Amino acid sequence: MAEPSEDIDKAGYWRATRGLTLRLLAIWFMVSFGAGILFRDVLDQVSIGGAPLGFWFAQQGSIYVFVGLIFYYCWAMARLERKFGVKG
Amino acid sequence: MDQQMWTYLFVGVTFSIYIGIALWARAGSTGEFYVAGHDVHPVVNGMATAADWMSAASFLSMAGLIAFMGYGGSVYLMGWTGGYVLLAVLLAPYLREFGKFTVPDFVGDRYYSRTARLIAVLCALFVSFTYIAGQMKGVGVAFSSFLHVDYNVGIMIGMVIVFVYAVLGGMKGVTYTQVAQYVVLIFAYTVPAIFMSIIITDNPIPQLGFIGNASGTDVSMLAKLNTVVTDLGFKEYTQTDKSMFDMFAITGALMFGTAGLPHVIIRFFTVKSAKAARISAGWALVFIALLYTTAPAVASFARLNFIDTVNESTYASEQAAEGETQTPGWFGNWETTGLLAWEDKNEDGKLQYRAGKPFEESKPYYSGVIGVDGHRELELCETEDQKNCNTLTKNANEVYVSNDIIVLANPEIAQLPGWVIGLVVAGGLAAALSTAAGLLMVIASAVSHDLCRRTFFPNMDDKTELRVARGAAAGAVAAAGLLGVFASQLGFVAQVVAFAFGLAAASLFPVIFLGIFWKRMNKEGAITSMLFGLISTFAYIYYFKFMNTDPAGWWFGVSPEGIGFMFMWGSLALGIAVALLTPPPPQDIQDLVEDIRIPGTRVSHGLADRGMAPVHGE
Repeated sequence: MAEPSEDIDKAGYWRATRGLTLRLLAIWFMVSFGAGILFRDVLDQVSIGGAPLGFWFAQQGSIYVFVGLIFYYCWAMARLERKFGVKG
Repeated sequence: MDQQMWTYLFVGVTFSIYIGIALWARAGSTGEFYVAGHDVHPVVNGMATAADWMSAASFLSMAGLIAFMGYGGSVYLMGWTGGYVLLAVLLAPYLREFGKFTVPDFVGDRYYSRTARLIAVLCALFVSFTYIAGQMKGVGVAFSSFLHVDYNVGIMIGMVIVFVYAVLGGMKGVTYTQVAQYVVLIFAYTVPAIFMSIIITDNPIPQLGFIGNASGTDVSMLAKLNTVVTDLGFKEYTQTDKSMFDMFAITGALMFGTAGLPHVIIRFFTVKSAKAARISAGWALVFIALLYTTAPAVASFARLNFIDTVNESTYASEQAAEGETQTPGWFGNWETTGLLAWEDKNEDGKLQYRAGKPFEESKPYYSGVIGVDGHRELELCETEDQKNCNTLTKNANEVYVSNDIIVLANPEIAQLPGWVIGLVVAGGLAAALSTAAGLLMVIASAVSHDLCRRTFFPNMDDKTELRVARGAAAGAVAAAGLLGVFASQLGFVAQVVAFAFGLAAASLFPVIFLGIFWKRMNKEGAITSMLFGLISTFAYIYYFKFMNTDPAGWWFGVSPEGIGFMFMWGSLALGIAVALLTPPPPQDIQDLVEDIRIPGTRVSHGLADRGMAPVHGE
């Protein structure tokens, strides 16, 4: 339950959490705004199956990456919580 | 059994299931009423969130919008899924750890201010009411088009159903009916999609058919579609007229708007812990992605099929008997619903589908004259001031197509049996009702919890609050129904959705985000930030949607749909600046922020939790 415990490195946990969050948001930005919009013309020179790659990222790929990102986040946070002794 | 009977059967059976669940899941306390007792399983909550999120617009209109916008439609796909990443990593786990009932609860307690709470209530109510009008309209349209029930009666039936499970069961009833509604809607969406994919690409998986070759050729489906549409004068399917900057802004507004929508956020209050909230966001996106990755495939298949079967086809069966291709039967069927229309401009008896509007008006007006083979003829304007008639344009396009036809006509396009249409109608109703219910919970809790209990009658006991909450839910159902009736006359529902996302992005997202990630954020900053986001976004959208609709005036070429994203940055910057110029928040508040960042450490902090103690999970 919720008792303030002294053995948690709160600052370290929060720093690690923020770092992880930033890295995930960088990927989130790159697959949607990046691959799907800003750099689509470059990516479109390559095809995935019959679809131009930039177009595919905008309509399919970004969504798959989003799902992967959230599950990776769950896994990585569980690891951080173990590492820093956070009960979760 | 004919299609009509199947529709009655499916709608009747699914509605009975919802009522049955409502009777089983009654709420006994405010905790159960607002947040389903904080003990919903993460996967169950994920499914409920998906149904809560996917509205009548996602189910019925989105594939159609993408079909006609091509690449430009990507903003909806990325925007309405990418928001879940923001929710999962920036908001949901921390708000769950905060441990109260509503979004205004967080704003009011974190910013130790009644004013901040009231502004948050205002934002939540505004966003939810604009959104719910569209859902109720969807319910009315579904009933009047498919069950031959009067539009207003259709809305009444929808209201009664939502009334039963929202008022009796509160969030608990809503959660479990949403799970059932998700199952109905995803089944209804994917079955026709699979069959269409087989017809167009020989591949049973729509997501793979999308990148595969067109059936019986070695040309990719998308390349074929590009050739077909450009031949008819349309822009290439994989291109858009929108500027890159506008695409960027709209995608951003939809993503941050999604993350800031109160009816989505409160779903994450129903799970046990911050950890469960993270997992639940992942599952929610899995369930949403099932529909959202199918939609662009359906959109392209339907566009291709529509052109293949409709363009240059002959309406009259007499001519068709002489070897001409006949217009498919579903075209005539759907004319009766007003979603399709044809006027033979060049009088060759064939349908020419080309780029451009067939007539000046935004919808067809029928004269009541039934021509060859049941064709509904249009009422053409003869004098300048004639009302309810169509003025033909000079271009060669003779065909009017509503976006909504794409999903609705899929079963017939794919030549599926009549019962599939009944299933799709039940799916559309499930999508509309599940979203409406989630919004009703926001409205009800804003009134009973934030206004009554937390602001004006702090001494109210739990029993009384539960009664007030049920009353507020009942009142909200009635108000939503009235809005739906009213919306049918105005027809601007699609436009006000821009309001909901823009306001959520510019007014709610910044203060919630800063409230968690920046301890120094104080009440002065929060109030300024919310007011700026609310007023600027409202004014911009109102001006460019209703007063001056000319895109030439848009700031930096950003459409009203995308402006929430621009003002969100303004709102963030202004909030930070004002906070730095005013005193830091009290120690109790800073301690509270520390607590919600570290799961399992949340304790009561005087000032922050004076009005209501936090509820712990495990």
